[in-house]
Amino acid sequence: MTVTEPVEDPAVTAAEEPDRRPEAKPKDNRAWLLVLPVVVCVTFTALIPLMTVVNYSVQDIFSPSDRIFVGLEWFRSVTRDPEVRGAFLRTLMFSAQVLLIEIPLGVAIAVAMPRRGWTVSAALVVVALPLLIPWNVVGTIWQIFARGDIGLGGWAINQVPGVDFNYTLDSTDAWITVLVMDVWHWTPLVALLAYAALRSIPEPYFQAAQIDGASAWATFRRIQLPRLRGVLTIAILLRFMDSFMIYTEPFVVTGGGPGNATSFLSVLLSKIAVGQFDLGPAGAFSLLYFLIVQIVSYVFFTVLTRSGR
Amino acid sequence: MALTLDGVRVRRRGEVWLDGIDLELPSGMTTLLGPMTAGKTTLMRVAAGLLPPDSGRVVVNGQDVTGVSVRKRSVAFVYQQFVNYPSLTVHENIASPLRLDRSFPQQHVDRRVREVAELMGIAELLERRPAELSGGQQQRTAIARALARPVDLLLLDEPLANLDFKLREQLRSDLKSMFRQSPGLVLYATSDPAEALAFAAPAVVLGEGRVLDTGEVAALYAHPPTLAVAAALSDPPLNLLPGTVREGRVEVLGASFPAPRAHASGRDVVLAVRPHHVSIDPAGDGALEFPAEVRLAEVTGSATFVHLLLPGGRHLVAQLDGPRAFTPGDRATAYVDPAHAFLFDESGGRLLAESAAEVDLHG
Repeated sequence: MTVTEPVEDPAVTAAEEPDRRPEAKPKDNRAWLLVLPVVVCVTFTALIPLMTVVNYSVQDIFSPSDRIFVGLEWFRSVTRDPEVRGAFLRTLMFSAQVLLIEIPLGVAIAVAMPRRGWTVSAALVVVALPLLIPWNVVGTIWQIFARGDIGLGGWAINQVPGVDFNYTLDSTDAWITVLVMDVWHWTPLVALLAYAALRSIPEPYFQAAQIDGASAWATFRRIQLPRLRGVLTIAILLRFMDSFMIYTEPFVVTGGGPGNATSFLSVLLSKIAVGQFDLGPAGAFSLLYFLIVQIVSYVFFTVLTRSGR
Repeated sequence: MALTLDGVRVRRRGEVWLDGIDLELPSGMTTLLGPMTAGKTTLMRVAAGLLPPDSGRVVVNGQDVTGVSVRKRSVAFVYQQFVNYPSLTVHENIASPLRLDRSFPQQHVDRRVREVAELMGIAELLERRPAELSGGQQQRTAIARALARPVDLLLLDEPLANLDFKLREQLRSDLKSMFRQSPGLVLYATSDPAEALAFAAPAVVLGEGRVLDTGEVAALYAHPPTLAVAAALSDPPLNLLPGTVREGRVEVLGASFPAPRAHASGRDVVLAVRPHHVSIDPAGDGALEFPAEVRLAEVTGSATFVHLLLPGGRHLVAQLDGPRAFTPGDRATAYVDPAHAFLFDESGGRLLAESAAEVDLHG
């Protein structure tokens, strides 16, 4: 091997110019080596799979050896598909309802939770319990719980005169079941986040409000709510992304039915991709889905953090 | 306006926070002096009605208010932390107790807010929010909030402790003149003896949940009746040297001086001396001399604190004027004038004699 030209070593260059930056440490690009493992990891776990999806989305695949480039054809057909549009609106509606219920309810639970004493641990355990249950188990629990014949919840509701609750036949009942399940499963997350923020408020603030004679509502609005802004931003983002991508629970409980009443975007996507094995449309669908979540999250984040200024 | 605490006891988690407090406070300002965990904050919270005592009574103007909620009392509280409503402007913060007080004429709120803000020197900041203020301005806002509404009982719990030195000095003199005009009772808690001395108000010295003594601060400083009071009134901390009375003389670590009064021979005593009365330059006649080794010297600018090691492993801190240079390991002689030292009983801490000579007020 021969050295063709002297490699410029930044360390040497820096050392040769001592008067420009006398205290400067020798510079080189070795820090990039430290980033390399992450780059490799992300490439293998995220970038390559994503590019595979991109690859699918622009081809019509009959068999692994027989594929045709179709350009943006799948994107066009997916965005025009009434089934996809219906699922999109349904998912959007679901996320909106989830946020409208879980955020205020979670904050209310956090405010009502005890601030000190042994009841703190007890309350934390009770509130956190739903979070510890695997998602498909949550689905199974509710699938049975909400049944009119053998489920306690469904049976209890049917005892009310004039009510005929059956989530496998009635689309409103199915919607309510999935919504209540999500509220039951994820409100604790909002409550715990809010509780952590509320706990960080020093006791004198509450005493000062008490001395002023402020009402409980005024205390909440003037002292507690301003402290919650940061965690609520995170809670809203998390709950939006999660509910917008909800899959396991409705899949287990209703399978997207009855009809397509609880067929959310993810349920429909898995039907197209895994059920019908239409990889082209499924790829285009996935990318659009991914983009929507990104954009909505970005908008949420920008609006929420800017209003704090 | 008079506040009486009658046998107030507070116990929490197996610890005694207040151990039978009997106090009678007249209107005007009273300083509550004591080290951390002495029970100052607890006492104030009991007086305000924020904390119900386990036993004992709180009496205001002859009326028992022990069980009365703080909402129904005429109380204002300033905390060591700067407590303001974060989402309200300074103006709204100062106005909030007035707006919630139904007896206050609402059309005068704005005028009163401006008046108090002027007094506290924050008139230009009324439209800002607490987060946009410096620490000193935040605390001024909190104090203005407390002063806005005329109250029977104004409580201040170390309000200047979190401020830097210059602001503290300035705000303290502002407060001093303000309290003079205050019609009600002002209770001011501090752990800093210099602050208590600066206010020159009647003081209550607290220690471990008990009232150690009451009286004028300067008098307590000059003639502390017990070791605990002397310690509470000494910052930097007192130097304590063990001694014994023997044949009319007090022997301390090999040195001795004539006992101020006749005491039984063999009695153990403690000689307490404030650091600025320890010298390493030859002092006048009668000063006790101790051979010492310099361990550490801290220069603060106006003074140098020299930590000395005496024979027998005893430590002594000397406060010397101005910056002085020392090297750890230097040999020195420490001079302690018994005329400026206090002599306490070894067990009970009771004062045996103020000093050999009469103590002057400046210490």
